[in-house]
Amino acid sequence: MLNRFFSIVVSGLLLGLVGATAASADVLDDIKKKGVLVVGSKADYRPFGFLDSSGKIVGFEADLAADVAKRLGVKVELVPVVASNRIQFLQQGKIDLMIATTSDTPERRKIVDFVDPNYYASGLNVMAQKSQRLTSWDMLRGKKVCLIQGAFYNKELQQKYGVDGIAFPGTAETYAALKNGNCIAFAYDDTAIVGEMLKPEWSGYEMPLDSILVVPWGLAVKQGEKAFAGFMSKTIADWHKTGFIQQLEKKWGIKPTKFAQEMRDKHK
Amino acid sequence: MESFWDWFRWLHEATGINLTIFYDPFDRGRFVSGFLTTVKLSAVCIVLSVLIGVVGAWLQGSRLRITRHVIYWYIQFFRNTPPLVQLYFFYFGIGSLLKGADVSGIPVPLISNVAWAIVSLSFFAGAFNVEIFRSGVEAVPTTTIEAAESLGFSRLRTYLFIVLPLAFRICLPALNNNLVNLVKTTTLAYAIAVPEMLYVSSQIWSDELNVPVMMNVLLVCYIALVGALVWVMHRWERAIRVPGFGA
Repeated sequence: MLNRFFSIVVSGLLLGLVGATAASADVLDDIKKKGVLVVGSKADYRPFGFLDSSGKIVGFEADLAADVAKRLGVKVELVPVVASNRIQFLQQGKIDLMIATTSDTPERRKIVDFVDPNYYASGLNVMAQKSQRLTSWDMLRGKKVCLIQGAFYNKELQQKYGVDGIAFPGTAETYAALKNGNCIAFAYDDTAIVGEMLKPEWSGYEMPLDSILVVPWGLAVKQGEKAFAGFMSKTIADWHKTGFIQQLEKKWGIKPTKFAQEMRDKHK
Repeated sequence: MESFWDWFRWLHEATGINLTIFYDPFDRGRFVSGFLTTVKLSAVCIVLSVLIGVVGAWLQGSRLRITRHVIYWYIQFFRNTPPLVQLYFFYFGIGSLLKGADVSGIPVPLISNVAWAIVSLSFFAGAFNVEIFRSGVEAVPTTTIEAAESLGFSRLRTYLFIVLPLAFRICLPALNNNLVNLVKTTTLAYAIAVPEMLYVSSQIWSDELNVPVMMNVLLVCYIALVGALVWVMHRWERAIRVPGFGA
């Protein structure tokens, strides 16, 4: 009796699972049906995604998300993500689209679908007190350097550049640790450092090194969502063609990058 | 040995189970060091928290009101706040006030993140241990204490040689529970970048994207660690059992 009860329950659950996967076969239809596009975005990455005084996520990437939603004719909902959970969120379907300052790497391409062309690019640099007088990456060998947990360059920095990394869950903790002197420098995306250093509290700090490991940023959809990926691919090409990316750079006070200019020329 | 490691590379290619901690020397190195950090952190915190418990339970019976109050508020503070909040409070709150300077005048923290984790976790578990030891101390019959007094034992000597050995046997099961919890709570130290097992695992799964595999590795490692602790404590419990006493 009990056995039969269990087999009914289990087969019911299995059917439910099959049903669930079949129903979400095409996320593009789902988004239009729901009327909401759920985008995973950074909330601690000025000026790409950060919280304004009312607690809303705003920034460069929030504007991109809003533009995608406008093109689809739906509302946009931004879900704050961090480096160590954004890919899992996308895999689990908690978000439809990831626009979260994500570097496009071969390892990541294996598990989610990055959309070509890339929409932006950044390199790795450090933020350190001016009095440290850093001039080269070699000066960081064996020194304590703050990192963000989950960043793709952590391994390379520790393996190749020999830094003694201490990694924190989010940028707020990392900036606090840098200020406390728990590390001599904070290795992070140059684009984010530029944004952070706009704040007056960092007047004694600088971004002294040449950026390394310049990698393109990709926005990604769940693996196998071909229709949505195709739509996003056209959208990004259009952003480059119309100069939307460069307009956003200007709007958010980012120094014009070579990448944005090259992409615009390429898509003209 | 090399072929043993390579078997895991084959396992990855054949089944997708990516155990980089076996075949990638860098990942192996950091996982082993993370495991050892967890073991060391747990061991140091266990010893310190038990000491805090023993001393605290003794001071709780002090004749001075102020001492009793200090212990009371210590327990209230550490038992009523989440351990993660305590770690942040010590590391970012107190840590930012305790700053020295190196030769070139650049500020450096006086106390490292590992030291703060030890302080915070020991005091956290210690607060519970004080109460656990109190339960044992209070279970010792007053007649036994009176007997000790009539033999001319001082209060300290009564506590050390009569009350504590008996109390210890009574409260060992509760103490075991708390120490098991302490070992598991060491994972919180990852929030202040103490390179313990959860911290290195999260580094590894961020680099290799083998989250489910590493989660399972973590589970197995903690089951083994806590299992070893429980086994040792049970052996000890049996070894010091006084027939006819307590249960």
